[in-house]
Amino acid sequence: MSEVIKTIYYNEKKLDAQAEEKPATMDHAGALKELNNKVKAKISPGELLPIISVKDLNFYYGGFRALEDNSLEIYENRVTAIIGPSGCGKSTHIRVYNRIFDLYREQRATGKILLDGENILAPGCDLIELRRRVGMIFQKPTPFPMSVKENLAYGLKMHYKLTRSKMMERVEWALKQAALWDEVKDDLDKPATALSGGQQQRLCIARAIAVEPEILLMDEPTSAIDPIATAKIEDLIVNLKDRFTIVIVTHNMQQAARISDFTAFFYRGVIVEYGETEKIFTKPENKQTEEYITGRFG
Amino acid sequence: MEVTSSFPGAPSGAPSPPEVIKPVARARKQGDTLFRWITIGSAFVVPLLIIGLFYSLTDLSMPSLRHFGLKFIFSSAWNPVKQHFGALSSIYGTLVSTFIAMILAVPLGLAISLFLVELVPPAIGRVMGSAIELLAAIPSIIYGMWGLFVFAPFMADHVQPFLAGIGGDLPFFKGPPMGIGMLTAGLILALMILPFITSVASDVFRMVPVQLKESAYGMGSTTFEVARKVTVRYGIDGIVGAGFLGLGRALGETMAVTFVIGNSHRISASLFNGANSIASTLANEFTEASEPLYLSALVELGLILLVITIGVQILSQLWLKRMRKKSGRGL
Amino acid sequence: MQRRPATFRKLSNAIVVGLSGFSALIGLFFLGWILMVVILRGLSAISIDFFTKLPTPPGVAGGGLANALVGTLLITLMAVLLGVPLGILGGVYLSEFGERSKVAATIRFASNVLMGTPSIIIGVFVYALMVFPMGHFSGYAGAVSLAVIMLPVVVRTTEDMLRLVPNTLRESALALGAPRWKVTFQVVFRAARSGLLTGVLLAIARVSGETAPLLFTALNSPFWMKSLSGPTANLTVTIFNYAMSPYRDWQQQAWGASLLIMMGVLSATIISRLYLKEKKKG
Repeated sequence: MSEVIKTIYYNEKKLDAQAEEKPATMDHAGALKELNNKVKAKISPGELLPIISVKDLNFYYGGFRALEDNSLEIYENRVTAIIGPSGCGKSTHIRVYNRIFDLYREQRATGKILLDGENILAPGCDLIELRRRVGMIFQKPTPFPMSVKENLAYGLKMHYKLTRSKMMERVEWALKQAALWDEVKDDLDKPATALSGGQQQRLCIARAIAVEPEILLMDEPTSAIDPIATAKIEDLIVNLKDRFTIVIVTHNMQQAARISDFTAFFYRGVIVEYGETEKIFTKPENKQTEEYITGRFG
Repeated sequence: MEVTSSFPGAPSGAPSPPEVIKPVARARKQGDTLFRWITIGSAFVVPLLIIGLFYSLTDLSMPSLRHFGLKFIFSSAWNPVKQHFGALSSIYGTLVSTFIAMILAVPLGLAISLFLVELVPPAIGRVMGSAIELLAAIPSIIYGMWGLFVFAPFMADHVQPFLAGIGGDLPFFKGPPMGIGMLTAGLILALMILPFITSVASDVFRMVPVQLKESAYGMGSTTFEVARKVTVRYGIDGIVGAGFLGLGRALGETMAVTFVIGNSHRISASLFNGANSIASTLANEFTEASEPLYLSALVELGLILLVITIGVQILSQLWLKRMRKKSGRGL
Repeated sequence: MQRRPATFRKLSNAIVVGLSGFSALIGLFFLGWILMVVILRGLSAISIDFFTKLPTPPGVAGGGLANALVGTLLITLMAVLLGVPLGILGGVYLSEFGERSKVAATIRFASNVLMGTPSIIIGVFVYALMVFPMGHFSGYAGAVSLAVIMLPVVVRTTEDMLRLVPNTLRESALALGAPRWKVTFQVVFRAARSGLLTGVLLAIARVSGETAPLLFTALNSPFWMKSLSGPTANLTVTIFNYAMSPYRDWQQQAWGASLLIMMGVLSATIISRLYLKEKKKG
């Protein structure tokens, strides 16, 4: 692991050096960087290992610029919440982390996102391996039109060579991790679409963690689900962070406060404030953040 | 396993997976690039076929094109023995039979859609509509069989004598009532394109905003007045599109026409007489054409039909596109 | 102000309402007439011999159309094998890659144009493409011409059916690290499976009654085929030949073949229509 950290810091230094050579074109970008540096300085360095570093990320839908110079760091084995009013670019932001936006011709991203020191926005990036390492859960549950077992096995078969029994072990493990095993262990051959909404969403989580990603991206995972199922999934997230790094987009501020360690507040495609969740929710530095958190807009 | 969470079945902390496994190394990227190119290649077969259609038909009709030139279109001669060929009677037959079909099927189709959409309860309208659409599913050759063995004798015994009686001095209804001939072909064509026109026109009528109709009824209009002044006017673009669709069908219809048109290379004013169409000439004579020039002339007939139908197709496509833009809705 | 009497308006309305109802009855009447004639005349021609025996020369009673039945099935099967994979892949391009690009618009336009091209022209085309250069008619040429007719139908229905699959499903398969081709074949196709099958069924229904394109390609034959590389017996061309012949026995056989073809085509059409309607509702 220490090798990894070295690479990250080495790369960062290199990037910083490059950035100094070319002065930032917008004051805004500079200010943001400063803000991010401040945050970085306040966090005790021994504990936190940045696993993703976003540098000057800009995102375009055709001619529309949806993200402006986003820079932040996601820390390993922490839950990072991304909050902000709807349409502020929260989802857009995390959809860059696994380059799922590549599906759409008119969308593009510029800047750098370093995952273990490797820029995933570089043209040569192996998307398949990237997406194995960075899993994603969507707003609505998306069970594949197959049985529960096949849903779980889908990613596993794709990325690993496994015997039948080993495969079943992993399926069971992933379902247990997603707190779904007890509910579906007798229905593994039933179509996944027959499960309830909350179960489907946990199935999607199990499916994502079965391939052993390092990072889990969650795009409003509980917005289409009833409160009881939501509570289950929140518990799950807290439990999963020991093993995975989680980035969760949510419009529910209580949820962010309950489950996250770090929170980024987005507004109109800009990261307004980023820091420890407790601080963001109790002593926000920025006026906009404070207004949003206290419910005065958004 | 130790349960640490607040609900049963929750994960216990973060147990390691059963065993550390390594992802398999795969050849990637190339797979998707190949996939993409395969699909593009498959999709391009369609426009290539259209180019190929034009190319090979032109190629095969070269001898005839050289030999007859433009005269081919304006000559009604058709003599395989003397090797004189002209397309006029076939073109005439194609156009006239299509014309008969259109003037019958368009008003009939509109009336039927009006009935299905506006006058009967939607459930009944839909069932009846589906039944009428079944007319489109019956293969052309079945219309041919029915036309030749059942409908043509019926025409000869009942309809044609009646028409001759009321036709008086009109040239259209002269001559012996043979059953087969231009009129019968046109009638069967009308029946065949009726479901297309009905189906599109019904869709168009269903799209007319209810408020528009209600406000017309609210002023005391009768059903007919609402249909004529509101529904038809609102949906006129769609109705024209439906007409194009039927037109394209009728022009190229082969088997049903071949069975009943009489297959005579003669242009006559009477609709009772035998005639021919481009498609029926091809169907009847193609396999018998032993001389190269004969074959070539037949292929040139095919080329003319291709140009006409593709022209109609393109017009109707452009029309539909224009309409979609205007109304912002798909049909 | 003098009121205009409404009598005339009411009368003309009654006439038009009556006429439109009558028109609908005309349509249904002809449908019933055709179905009834084909069923009655066809049934009297169908026997076990019809399915198992070869055609007899004119004047000799008995015989059947076994060879034509097998020929039609084989030619259609070949056409499906040729046209369906190509059409599905083309549809995949339109729905998964082309989307709103100019290229995709061109291909859509071309598909519509090809769908509206008379089938007899397709027959002439395949004659020029295969029969003329090879010097003889063949079942393969027949299959190719039917495949050309199927192709645009399959392309467009495939596109429509794949578009019904929500993008989130594609995204979640991609997010698991699946390559695009696996996402398409294993997830998107699976979600659209029944719709795709319906499209294929519609395409088969559309070509299995076709006669004109087979006239110049497969031709016909009174014998058992040895392979599809020579003239191949098939039901529809047989109907045409027999119906045009002066022999009552043959005409009778033609009615039997008509019934088979009509039932096959109608049932395929009705099944797929019912399914599509269900799909629209749900």
